[in-house]
Amino acid sequence: MTVTKTEALPVRSGDDVVRVRQRVRALAVEIGLGLVDQTKIVTAASELARNTLDYGGGGDVRMETVLAGTRKGLRLTFEDQGPGIADIEQAMTDHYTSGGGLGLGLGGAKRLSNEFHIESTPGSGTRVTIARWK
Amino acid sequence: MDRIPILKLGGALIVTIQVDMHDRLALALEEDLTAMIARTGARGVLIEISALEIVDSFIGRMLVSIAAVSRVLDAETVVAGMRPAVAITLVELGLELTGIKTALNVERGMALIQARLSDEDDGHGSDRDRHED
Amino acid sequence: MKTDGAEVLSKTVTQDEAAILDAWNVALLEGTSLQSGRIREAELQTQVKTVFGQLRDALASGGLDADAAGFASLRETLADISRSRAIQGFTPTDTANFVFSLKEPIFDALKRMPDGDATALAAGVWAAGKVLDRLGLQTMEVFLASREEVIGRQGQEIAELSTPVVRLWDGILALPLIGTLDSARTGVVMENLLQAIVDEEAEIAIIDITGVPTVDTLVAQHLLKTVAAARLMGADCIVSGIRPQIAQTMVHLGVELNVVSKATLADAFAVALKRTGRKVVRQQASTEGRR
Repeated sequence: MTVTKTEALPVRSGDDVVRVRQRVRALAVEIGLGLVDQTKIVTAASELARNTLDYGGGGDVRMETVLAGTRKGLRLTFEDQGPGIADIEQAMTDHYTSGGGLGLGLGGAKRLSNEFHIESTPGSGTRVTIARWK
Repeated sequence: MDRIPILKLGGALIVTIQVDMHDRLALALEEDLTAMIARTGARGVLIEISALEIVDSFIGRMLVSIAAVSRVLDAETVVAGMRPAVAITLVELGLELTGIKTALNVERGMALIQARLSDEDDGHGSDRDRHED
Repeated sequence: MKTDGAEVLSKTVTQDEAAILDAWNVALLEGTSLQSGRIREAELQTQVKTVFGQLRDALASGGLDADAAGFASLRETLADISRSRAIQGFTPTDTANFVFSLKEPIFDALKRMPDGDATALAAGVWAAGKVLDRLGLQTMEVFLASREEVIGRQGQEIAELSTPVVRLWDGILALPLIGTLDSARTGVVMENLLQAIVDEEAEIAIIDITGVPTVDTLVAQHLLKTVAAARLMGADCIVSGIRPQIAQTMVHLGVELNVVSKATLADAFAVALKRTGRKVVRQQASTEGRR
């Protein structure tokens, strides 16, 4: 798998979340994702960006277009230096929330992606990587 | 700060969301709508979202909460014009828009609200009756 | 003294260019690719000239490694040629033979070498074999990749073709599903139906599964998601055509399908008409009255 393009954006305010959505949409169009797939990855990005902002105290997102054989894909990595998640399994459960939301963020983002990976260390931060393939 | 305009038409309030919703805008809309329902005594709220490219859980939550507040103030909320891709994504996301009626477009949405208004004007039946087939 | 095969080959190809080209053209003309009418003679000759020129230059730049940088432009040309052949429907043999049929003319040219000895001939033949085999294999790789692309696209087209959305009445759509539902196909079905709902401003969509052989948990889930998405857009769905055996299997499997369902498409249509405030009436009285 080769990375064909890398971009990064900060996730520190509500306006940043909107910017992330717009960039992810543009990249999804660029690699030729269909309308439904575009909408799915943009929505997943929106959920994760908000998680980064609300629970991680802000962070960054790295956006990469990738190529595996002839398949194009879009990979997003959200990283924060927040409090981290002690029980990832619990956090992935629908309707579990520690911040007063609907608690669909992580589980929802996973269902909207082809690949989902989460690493978290309590006290030092969380990293979530998702990918959607054409 | 920019705000989303709210129009009043008969007994209904109409909102068309045409921009990428950021959080402050969503919160402001919720506040404005609540105030407007209370002031005008509107019985229906129509939110037209055909221009929205995504509805994430934040916006979904805003819609659910508008509907809940409206219901307390005796107004019914109809969301009209959701795009297919957005609907598929919402289902996959696992978000249920409980307490919200949906319509294909503004015309259908207004018809839903009008039907409720005229039902009540006639003095019989509530909106529940229409759904028993 | 060790004879350098690459040098011998490069020299021969440069010196005997006209004869080799002629022989290659003849070999290709005898082959089936031209007879099948898929390619014109002039086009073939242009390809022959380009490829040969690039081969000559590549060999002159030194080395026999067909994967090296010196062969880059030749590889590209060959890739283009085999891609277009894959799309035009050439057989793998025809495509591979384009490169392999160059072997004989080159071997013959090597034999004609004026100052040739056996060692030089052997080295030259080995060098030519090595380069051409590698190029031939690359040609096949591109050919297969292109075929796969074509097949993938056709698969998608079939998925779209096999799920027509029909308009039964103003505001009433039907989606007659036939065949096994996998998640890729269901995705396409779902999108088509929802888009048709928007286009036709349909209030009710009937999903008829008479032609679906089995309904397992996954299929049921897909159906439910479609129904839920349509609901969000402001349209209702009715599922029809659940055969008795399927209904039984579903119950045994514990598959729940919490939607309005009717036994036949006709029943579902009647419900749809009723819900949109219409009714079908037989014109019995008037015909009898005239008699």
